[in-house]
Amino acid sequence: MATKASRSAARLMISPAVLLLLGWMLVPLCLTLYFSFLRYNLLQIGATPFAGWENYYWFVTDPSFKAAIQNTLVLVGGVLAITTIGGLFAAILLDRPMFGTGIIRIMVIAPFFVMPTVSALVWKNMFMNPVNGIFGRIATSLGFQPVDFFGQIPLASIIIIVSWTWLPFATLILLTALQSLDQEQLEAAEMDGAGWWSRFWFIMLPHLARAITVVILIQTIFLLSIFAEILVTTNGGPGTATTNLTYLIYVSSLLQFDVGMGSAGGVIAIILANIVAIFLMRMIGKNLDA
Amino acid sequence: MGQIQLKQVSKSFGDVEVIPPLDLQIEDGEFVVFVGPSGCGKSTLLRLIAGLEDVTSGSIDIDGDDATAVPPAKRGLAMVFQSYALYPHMSVRKNIAFPLKMAKMDKSEVDKRVANAASVLNLTDYIDRRPSQLSGGQRQRVAIGRAIVREPAAFLFDEPLSNLDAALRVGMRLEISELHKRLDTTMIYVTHDQVEAMTMADKIVVLQAGVIEQVGSPLDLYRTPRNKFVAGFIGSPKMNFIEGAEGQKHGAHAIGIRPEHIDVGNSGPWKGVVGVAEHLGSDTFFHIHDTGLADPLTVRASGEVAFSYGDTIHLTPREDRIHKFDERGIRIA
Repeated sequence: MATKASRSAARLMISPAVLLLLGWMLVPLCLTLYFSFLRYNLLQIGATPFAGWENYYWFVTDPSFKAAIQNTLVLVGGVLAITTIGGLFAAILLDRPMFGTGIIRIMVIAPFFVMPTVSALVWKNMFMNPVNGIFGRIATSLGFQPVDFFGQIPLASIIIIVSWTWLPFATLILLTALQSLDQEQLEAAEMDGAGWWSRFWFIMLPHLARAITVVILIQTIFLLSIFAEILVTTNGGPGTATTNLTYLIYVSSLLQFDVGMGSAGGVIAIILANIVAIFLMRMIGKNLDA
Repeated sequence: MGQIQLKQVSKSFGDVEVIPPLDLQIEDGEFVVFVGPSGCGKSTLLRLIAGLEDVTSGSIDIDGDDATAVPPAKRGLAMVFQSYALYPHMSVRKNIAFPLKMAKMDKSEVDKRVANAASVLNLTDYIDRRPSQLSGGQRQRVAIGRAIVREPAAFLFDEPLSNLDAALRVGMRLEISELHKRLDTTMIYVTHDQVEAMTMADKIVVLQAGVIEQVGSPLDLYRTPRNKFVAGFIGSPKMNFIEGAEGQKHGAHAIGIRPEHIDVGNSGPWKGVVGVAEHLGSDTFFHIHDTGLADPLTVRASGEVAFSYGDTIHLTPREDRIHKFDERGIRIA
């Protein structure tokens, strides 16, 4: 098949798709780069003069930038920790043969299919509302002061909501990995005198290393751009307590109408995401080789 | 020490009884082979001894102490699995050292024992490789190494050679037999290959559907099989069974005669037509048709014999080597 003619025909036929995708990526990227160097505010109609690094300077020195970076890291790190550890735990439980395995597995994966705005609103109004929410009711009925989730622990609340969405994903990937573990290895370890914890630490965990890195990589990509959950629950507040980088860019460009500043933020986000990606790819590359 | 005694041991999975109650005595230092067709319960029996399965009833004594409820790790037995079950992310050294590490043994003692096992098994050159970088035979040796460092009371082998190619299998068979002679430790070996059973065992346990059909030394089983199943299972090619008139002539329901106990020639009481002849050089196996006895009748002739397809051939069974069986397939003395 791989004759010269068929190869050039293949290239010719695939080129429209490649060009379309390339354009789709390059045009917004170039425009963002271009806007980020302009003094471009939608409230000031008229000239959009070249501004140099001004947008970048003001975006980075803005006190909310530091908070946003911090919140982004805490959010990503917190969700990763909860979903990976929780997913590992859930996968080990689900791996055991039990009654109704099929239905239970579908129920476990279900949260992943609920769209972020919906799940966040359900959590906000039905669970975390201090007056009408279930947690509030439980606390009141037991005679405790109900927790005002979005007032007292806003970032932790967001982490809980996002973790709820992503836990099934981690569970599912880790469960399939766990099922591919050769049972004879576990039996051999048992014969060798390894207790449950040693079998988990020396046999299961190394076997799962690859799956865990995949979970971390994929989740990081999506968690860096969490937005809907913040928009519908806290609007980035109180203050900047739940403003992450994505939300800060939204604030600059669509609430303050400063397109230039927003674009500068976008470029910074791209650079940060790429730094994270390089680290992750190195880590994964090492793990996927073995 | 490695004396194992099974008393009325049985095993059921749900309603299915795979092993009806059985008794078995395994002496210290013996090489015992469990042999039988697939699904006969031989691996289950081994796993019961190992403690990887719980017995449904009965008890297992190891060195005189009741070990029925003792967890696998505490029974002092080491097992070599069919898939070798090596830990893929550990080097050969770490694989072999794993049981010692689990026993929290002193580091210098661990190193000494691992080095010793590696040199016994010719693994010293591969000690820092991962299992995926080893050949099948080398992996097999690592699995054995992991078993011998523990200095167990007995070794359990679960069809260890079935994943190796034919040439390697013969080599490993010898190595395991030699290891047994050198260590002088009890070994229990499960296989479906009667050649492995015959060549390695001190004592063969023939199993069918969870029932012990016969226990004895390889030559006992060969010379005096207790029933038709054992007679047919031990020996290669299979024993010929002849029913009907020829059986009645010997005062039995059926008679059995091994291919190697029939002489071929141009005269003899039995007559047939040569079908396929398998020439192995040292032996020739003839499949003979139209004898009116059994179809085909298998006959072994020593060396190269000049009979070919379609020739008429005469056969002489050795009368003292004829086995007689009654209607239920039990041997008549």
